[in-house]
Amino acid sequence: MTFVENLTIFVLAAFVGYEIITKIPTNLHTPLMSGANAISGITLLGSVVVAGSGSTQLATVLGFVAVVMATINVVGGYLVSHFMLDQFSKGGR
Amino acid sequence: MAGILGGLTQSVLQLTYLVAGVFFIQGLRDMTHPRTATRGNMISSAGMFLAVVITILWFEMLSPLVVGAGMLVGGGIGAWLAVSVETTEMPQLVGLFNGFGGGASAVVAGAELVDVLASGGSLTLGLTATASIAGIIGAVTFWGSLVAGGKLHGVVGDSPVSDTVGHAIKVFFFIGSVAAGLFLVVQPDMFGSVPLASFLPSYWVLVATASILGVFLVLPIGGADMPVVIALLNSYSGLAAATTGFVLNNTVLIIAGTLVGASGLILTVIMCESMNRSLTNVLFGGLGSGDDNVEDMEDIYEGNITETSPEEVEMLLETAGRVVIVPGYGMAVGQAQHAVAELAELLEEDGVDVEFGIHPVAGRMPGHMNALLAEADVSYEKMRELEDVNPMFSQTDVVIVTGANDVVNPSANEDTDSPIAGMPVLDVAEAQTVIVNKRSLSPGFSDIPNPLFARDNTSMLFGDAKESMQSLVNEYKESR
Repeated sequence: MTFVENLTIFVLAAFVGYEIITKIPTNLHTPLMSGANAISGITLLGSVVVAGSGSTQLATVLGFVAVVMATINVVGGYLVSHFMLDQFSKGGR
Repeated sequence: MAGILGGLTQSVLQLTYLVAGVFFIQGLRDMTHPRTATRGNMISSAGMFLAVVITILWFEMLSPLVVGAGMLVGGGIGAWLAVSVETTEMPQLVGLFNGFGGGASAVVAGAELVDVLASGGSLTLGLTATASIAGIIGAVTFWGSLVAGGKLHGVVGDSPVSDTVGHAIKVFFFIGSVAAGLFLVVQPDMFGSVPLASFLPSYWVLVATASILGVFLVLPIGGADMPVVIALLNSYSGLAAATTGFVLNNTVLIIAGTLVGASGLILTVIMCESMNRSLTNVLFGGLGSGDDNVEDMEDIYEGNITETSPEEVEMLLETAGRVVIVPGYGMAVGQAQHAVAELAELLEEDGVDVEFGIHPVAGRMPGHMNALLAEADVSYEKMRELEDVNPMFSQTDVVIVTGANDVVNPSANEDTDSPIAGMPVLDVAEAQTVIVNKRSLSPGFSDIPNPLFARDNTSMLFGDAKESMQSLVNEYKESR
């Protein structure tokens, strides 16, 4: 995969993101933020590969730290978002 | 590279990543409506689950225990934080999670450099350049978020250094981190004979300088500007992940990271527009100190302040047909959302038309008031945005402002010299009667007096938001 291919994906994703996010109502900005937050924990994939590759001790330690941080981000973000949206749907009855 | 599914072609991995990317996009699309938002969040988390599982199965896991232990520890901490934290502490929690995402990206980019060198690979321009960017953004996000979270939690105070010194520190460490990044980028060509491993420390120098930069970027920014900061850090955490995707050549990291980057940036712009200030002004300017405002304040308030009591407000409400409640950060601090919601419910039972007028920057993060009111079971249809509620104030009998100040300050419209001139505000004074619930006449974040308090149709209900709203509820109940 070349840099330019990666850049293509980046630019297209930015436009998709812009189109969708601008349609999200103010009401949902907090759950959006924590949900988006959880998505940014996608870096967990990289952390898992680095931690699992076991190439050097340093890489393994760094990988472990990264896995912990990214998982906090993913699990915490989705849960917080879920609890909040739960309250919204209750309120919307 | 051979994991459990490693025998399959790379296409399997890439296709699964594509599916995960689609899940993230669909998840966000469902967020555009409250009815489908919960489903959207679940779709998004399913995408994450899928991406993580295929990664574990596809790549060689020489140390599966390390991975398992890391996920267990991280998952435990994340779940515990999510379950145990009160809604009122949500802004700092969201800030904290942002930080962990950014921190992980910075560490992964560094670990990838270590990995490449250990396996005898070469540091290409693309690798070192993107790793440097990921390192800077990630470290700034991590430390900036910790400071923002600390400020919101009240454990980190204001900047100990003056603005000038602060700016100098920022410039110094920004240049330092960029220089370290450039050093990393140019070294494979310039210092060909020197062992590559000896350049690695420059990545950690970059992370260290960017960390200090992150701290000093956020330290001088005040509480009411936090919605902007939290949204911006949200954007950074996504950008850090996207750049790490460039480092690792991982498409789903780029897609997901970019979506978050866009989301955070849009929220940042909305927050800035709602304050009629530029991003630069929020991040580097700050509002002036209000030394000369004290006299103004006495001039405006002297003899013009009408004080009221819960009993009097209750009588007003008895005859009201339409009531708008305007919440602010004071409602969050006082945890008054349940009392406010109860009052709204009682009024509605008696046929009063009740709505909530919510300013975009009320509170400490985007949508802060909406989240609090939703917690107290207020229907989202009752929460009206500034543009929707402003034309309706002239037909409103009673407005109850609780814990808000700058967002209802008419100076924004009337006084062109005011620091908040041009900021869109809620025109509550158009209503027949305005009740302002506040602990004292002290100025809000912008440190300027609020002429609204001195208006003829405004009465002040002094006291803590929760106590005042609760006594109002009690009065109202008794009179029924």
